[in-house]
Amino acid sequence: METVTELNKGTPQTGKKTSAYKVKNSIITILIYCQLLIVAAAVLFPIVWIVGASFGQSTGLANATPIPKDPTIMHYKKLIETTKFLDWYWNTFKIAVLNMIFSVFLSTSAAYIFSRFKFKGKKAGLMSILILQMFPSFMGMIAIYILFLNFGLLNNHWGLVIVYAAGQIPFNTWLIKGYLQSVPKSLDESAMIDGATKTQIFFKIILPLSKPILTFVALTQFMAPWMDFILPRLLISSNDKKTLAIGLFEFINGNTNNNFTMFAAGAILVAVPITLLYAFLQKYLISGITAGANKG
Amino acid sequence: MENGMHKRPIIPGIASAVIWGLGQLLNKQPVKALFFFFMQALLVLIEVLTGQYTDLSEGYTFRENGGFFIKGLWGMVTLGEVPRRMSILGLTDGDHSIVLLINGIIGLIFLLIFVSVYIWNIKDAFRTRKLINKTGIVPKTKDYIDELWSSMFEYIVLTPSIIMLVLICLMPILFGMVIAFTNYNGAHLPPAKLVDWVGFDNFINLFQLPIWSRTFMGVFGWTLAWAVLSTVTCFFGGLFQAVILNNKRVKGKKVWRTIFILPWAIPGMISLLVFKTLFNGQFGPVSQFLMDIGLTDQRISWFTDSSSPNLARAMIILINLWLGFPYFMALMSGIMTSLDKEIYEAAKMDGASPGQEFWKLTFPLVLSATAPLLIMSFAANFNNFGVIYFLTQGGPTNPHYQFAGYTDILITWIYKLTIDNKMYNMASVMSIIIFLVIGSISAWNFSRTNAFKDEEGA
Repeated sequence: METVTELNKGTPQTGKKTSAYKVKNSIITILIYCQLLIVAAAVLFPIVWIVGASFGQSTGLANATPIPKDPTIMHYKKLIETTKFLDWYWNTFKIAVLNMIFSVFLSTSAAYIFSRFKFKGKKAGLMSILILQMFPSFMGMIAIYILFLNFGLLNNHWGLVIVYAAGQIPFNTWLIKGYLQSVPKSLDESAMIDGATKTQIFFKIILPLSKPILTFVALTQFMAPWMDFILPRLLISSNDKKTLAIGLFEFINGNTNNNFTMFAAGAILVAVPITLLYAFLQKYLISGITAGANKG
Repeated sequence: MENGMHKRPIIPGIASAVIWGLGQLLNKQPVKALFFFFMQALLVLIEVLTGQYTDLSEGYTFRENGGFFIKGLWGMVTLGEVPRRMSILGLTDGDHSIVLLINGIIGLIFLLIFVSVYIWNIKDAFRTRKLINKTGIVPKTKDYIDELWSSMFEYIVLTPSIIMLVLICLMPILFGMVIAFTNYNGAHLPPAKLVDWVGFDNFINLFQLPIWSRTFMGVFGWTLAWAVLSTVTCFFGGLFQAVILNNKRVKGKKVWRTIFILPWAIPGMISLLVFKTLFNGQFGPVSQFLMDIGLTDQRISWFTDSSSPNLARAMIILINLWLGFPYFMALMSGIMTSLDKEIYEAAKMDGASPGQEFWKLTFPLVLSATAPLLIMSFAANFNNFGVIYFLTQGGPTNPHYQFAGYTDILITWIYKLTIDNKMYNMASVMSIIIFLVIGSISAWNFSRTNAFKDEEGA
């Protein structure tokens, strides 16, 4: 825009147009700021409202206001004292960390093999993980339920970790493989000549080089259990083993009015750390998604 | 030759086919022979120890005496023959069709692994003999293991992933698919009742029984409409916001950006549940506000009003826009700032207006960079359980539908069929249909990218 204005200034025959242009210009500026303000209000309103509700005096949904008169932390106290919220938090955190470790380990090693070696069945393997990731994860739930019933993994956090980690192998392998293919092979070839073993190459060269994509995979795997609903709903039955998603959903489902403020407090306690994590690491997240889309 | 080894390689091959490892023994490779023989022993041992082979006084039946493999296969084929009954002595031991089916699938998968070892064993006996004939030297097993390790490195590293995938992904998916060909539902719940194979009956019912076909058509239509609308709104919403944000007039870009990115960073389920309460029919503050300013004189049932299902649908799409636009906005403003400045200079030289610049340059460039994501986003929305289930749980209820509401999409309908209504067979039919739709879209999407072409070049 600036260059256009300068060009206009430079040419005498458009001198009259300049003032009209200025008016038009400022109208556009005002419209743009209006749009920004409206969207910002729409984005912020629900957030402010839920924060306000969690600090408000009233306990019901009907009386919740965005800006509470006498802020109080009683809902947080009640949440922690009367429910198993802290247990749920710890459960979810534990599952998230374990899932992250297993997923990264399994998918990176598989991706290393698929991106660096030629072997029998490579194409068939790639094709089958591609097909596997297309099935709705839901489809196998009953079978997993019965499988875990037989192996005693029902109502057990390891069961959840196994399903999360295994379920994401196809997608993550594909993603990391795409990234590794952009890492020049000459690096590991020269290391091979220097006598490094395949395992050494993996730990000394491949892992450090694939840091950005590993950050992405680790982060998405860490996030997954926080808000996943179907799986824990199916596999976890006892109250003290629940994850946050189930606990929060049950506050709001059914008796909405009475438990609402506890839900609000719980939602804040979950959302704040995750939002911060996302906001700080958004660079990795966006570039990871783009890489995944472009390289398949 | 000197030690009479010059035999045709087919002989150790056949020997290994009869007794695993025998061919290797003939090839004078005892360690290898022992390994293969051990594998066969393991196979037989598993079968014998898990079955009832000690007491065959009443004759051999698959049901009573079969072990892990034989009973598994029997169970998979018959799905059980005797249901649980009440007798004078209490409940009798009946066949649990579903457990039998799953054990059968697991048994079959393991059997296939053993079969591949068996084939390897025959091939190895044959090839080693050929090699001996050629060189006259018996290869040392240790060399073989070393060679195996270096050539098997790939497979060994992949093994943990493969085991997890087979048990947690493949087996359940196979099970989920075959259930579509049974009558496993609330009326046939094991162990009290037996489940039977019914062929394509469920598929025929889906299209021929009016209540099912009507529900399916309605839900499928809305699923498609939802997937298209939610993707398009978020895509263009994000694009529009990115364009506005990138405008040179805007000051404090970072602040605006941070605000707009919030819906993406907040866990989706929490936002959805907050919206659910905001638009709660009985106590929700939005209705209250509209009443206070006099726009309406009664509370609006945003999500539950059966007389206006399109209100609920519009609300879902709007709320999804709130959730979804920031992601596309962040993505596109990233792409826009990385676009080559020189093309714009050139365009200006040629006298392009800002509008032309946008539609002829920016838009096509951004579109081509985000097209695969657009398709991925469509596929994700097609199965977007969260938005539908947490906002409306499929409601408002539709009396003409079978176990579904106006806003149910296929995946939430499957959830309800499975969890609430025990219609496992129909849910499975629906899963297969979803797979066909998503599978073909993804396959098409992947075939356009270079993922497989890389393989050829590698």
